[in-house]
Amino acid sequence: MVKVLSEMAAAGESPEILFWVGCAGSFDQRVQRITKAFADILNKTNTSFAILGSEEACTGDPARRAGNEFVFQMLAYQNIQTLNNYNIKKIVTTCPHCFNTIKNEYPVLGGSYEVIHHATLLQEMIKAGKIKMKEAGDFKGKKITYHDSCYLGRANGIYEAPREVLQALDADLVEMKSCRTKGLCCGAGGGQMFKEDEPGDKRINVARTEEAIATGASVVAAACPFCMIMWEDGVKQKGKEAEIELKDIAELINERMV
Amino acid sequence: MKIVEQLLFLVLSGAAIYLFARNIGKIRRNILLGQAEEFNDQPKLRWNNMLYFALGQKKMFSNPLVAVLHLIVYAGFIIINIEILEIIGDGILGTHRLLLPLLGSSLYTIFISAFELLAVLVLLGCLVFLLRRNVVRVNRFTKPELKGFPFKDANAILITEIVLMSLFLLMNAADLQLQSLENTTNGFNGIVSQLLTPLVSGCSISTIECIEKAAWWLHILGIFAFLNYLPYSKHLHILLAFPNAYYARLTPIGKMSNMPMIEREVKLMMQPELAADLPASDAPMKFGAKDATDLSWKSILDAYSCSECGRCTAACPANQTSKKLSPRKIMMDTRDRITEIGKNIDQHGPTYTDNKKLLGDYISVEELRACTTCNACVQECPLLISPLNIILELRRSLVMEDSNVPNEWAMMFGNMENNQAPWKFSNEDRGNWAKS
Ligand code: SF4
Ligand code: SF4
Repeated sequence: MVKVLSEMAAAGESPEILFWVGCAGSFDQRVQRITKAFADILNKTNTSFAILGSEEACTGDPARRAGNEFVFQMLAYQNIQTLNNYNIKKIVTTCPHCFNTIKNEYPVLGGSYEVIHHATLLQEMIKAGKIKMKEAGDFKGKKITYHDSCYLGRANGIYEAPREVLQALDADLVEMKSCRTKGLCCGAGGGQMFKEDEPGDKRINVARTEEAIATGASVVAAACPFCMIMWEDGVKQKGKEAEIELKDIAELINERMV
Repeated sequence: MKIVEQLLFLVLSGAAIYLFARNIGKIRRNILLGQAEEFNDQPKLRWNNMLYFALGQKKMFSNPLVAVLHLIVYAGFIIINIEILEIIGDGILGTHRLLLPLLGSSLYTIFISAFELLAVLVLLGCLVFLLRRNVVRVNRFTKPELKGFPFKDANAILITEIVLMSLFLLMNAADLQLQSLENTTNGFNGIVSQLLTPLVSGCSISTIECIEKAAWWLHILGIFAFLNYLPYSKHLHILLAFPNAYYARLTPIGKMSNMPMIEREVKLMMQPELAADLPASDAPMKFGAKDATDLSWKSILDAYSCSECGRCTAACPANQTSKKLSPRKIMMDTRDRITEIGKNIDQHGPTYTDNKKLLGDYISVEELRACTTCNACVQECPLLISPLNIILELRRSLVMEDSNVPNEWAMMFGNMENNQAPWKFSNEDRGNWAKS
């Protein structure tokens, strides 16, 4: 059960936390599964939350980084108006790009909120015992590798939260050749997601997939919807769909929590 | 004869210092051709940054071996320059080893021996660095932007340091040999140079005196030359690392700078009362950067501080997959361009334009388009430089001034404007996932 904020507000209620879904989380079929998994977790943990639904707009991140400040400012203005009108205090999002923009770039424009990425929220919930994992650990002995999102890691210094979340799976966490501060980009940021690559000898997501293959991991965990889309493509290019499972940390937790 | 030498020394050192100061003055002027940006908040943190990142070279330690070698070469070079104070004192006063009578034989021996040991370490460090560049050919030193002057520049400095250190040791060895030939009682000893005396053992006193003098002169002339070569070299970073660390951006690296002029435009359009407090400007609207002078002065300082080490480029996902983009080249181009603008001002006055621009004549659209804004370059830079900042400012100009946009991006912008999402979906359907 996912409530839309406008309906909630009409009933005179307000949520503890707003779930900012983001464009990929709303529209991309693969990423919708992550969105649903995370909403599931919020429901199972009795978290009071709501989404904006059609009142949410893109944060403007890809336009700003591509160089179009006008489009960014228009969208930022629109979102900040909406959020301020609903008197939103706390926001959780599954997208590191939305996270970075709302947390770091909206305050100077008049939008200040407590913003938390779902990796951190999941980590807190596991620590607090709100999320309990099933006994039979079907991950025992399985190798998982975590892919650092640039906008969660380098841009906002969140490296450990997603890893701690994965620890809860009782799996064998292995690292790729480049990880944490040295994590290799998936290739989507800065508007690249929406255009063809510039000429080169390889796509970035393919280079990254090769690093994952080298670890022998059977699961690659991500915490960013755009990384997920790039990974899906990279793994397909390498013909490794059968060997490598791609999952967001929210999906992994949701599948195995009580 | 002595007085002639003293005079010559005074004239040469005066000229060296004057030339150096003049060049530094020009660099300062060029930096200030950039756009104003304030960096005066949190002075305590800024001093700390300078201490840890410039003096302590903290970020270098992600590769401890190279970091230690670099620290030795750097610190060794600086500390040995304390010995230069004696050399300069001798030069001005016409004395010989001015500190020897002041410190006494044994203390002076310790003093000189410590320097000699450092000199050997510096020498070895430079040798290793030369090997890494020329024999091992570490990947980041072989990229196209290092071809030509930058490659020679790096080698020239390393060789100069080796020569300077050798001259210092040779000078001491000659002195020791003289002491033993002349049976000096109040002499000194040098832990390394005593091993080198065989080099000059067969020579007569006058030859050794000549060698000693020549080594002394060459050493100090070498230092003067080094000083005046710095402003043209990537080795300027040994000085500019300090102000650059002090003025480092303290905002999260994922945060892009705001453009208040556009914020104001948008608010005027949507809700005029919100725009009231925003500063209006009569200057014609200019978006992003086309030329080096459109960049923040800090980006120009960044460019002058760049050591061309290529850690940024080695970490760049675009570069790793053979795209044209190299963040190091972005910094080198910016420095080359601002140097050219400075030269134009010197030669033709401040209003002259050469019809060249950083964007287009130095940095191509293809390079700019390849960046994923992943911040790996910013993260890796030991000197706290941001190549990404320059890339983003140039992109702003490319898109907003020139409307130079690939088709897919034009579509993305259109979708974002009309449907509030980068894809062509109706925003009405945004919450549909929750219904199924
Ligand atoms: S931010 Fe751009 S230039 Fe810097 S490393 Fe990433 S892709 Fe390369
Ligand atoms: S920007 Fe920094 S990392 Fe890149 S070459 Fe210059 S000093 Fe090295």
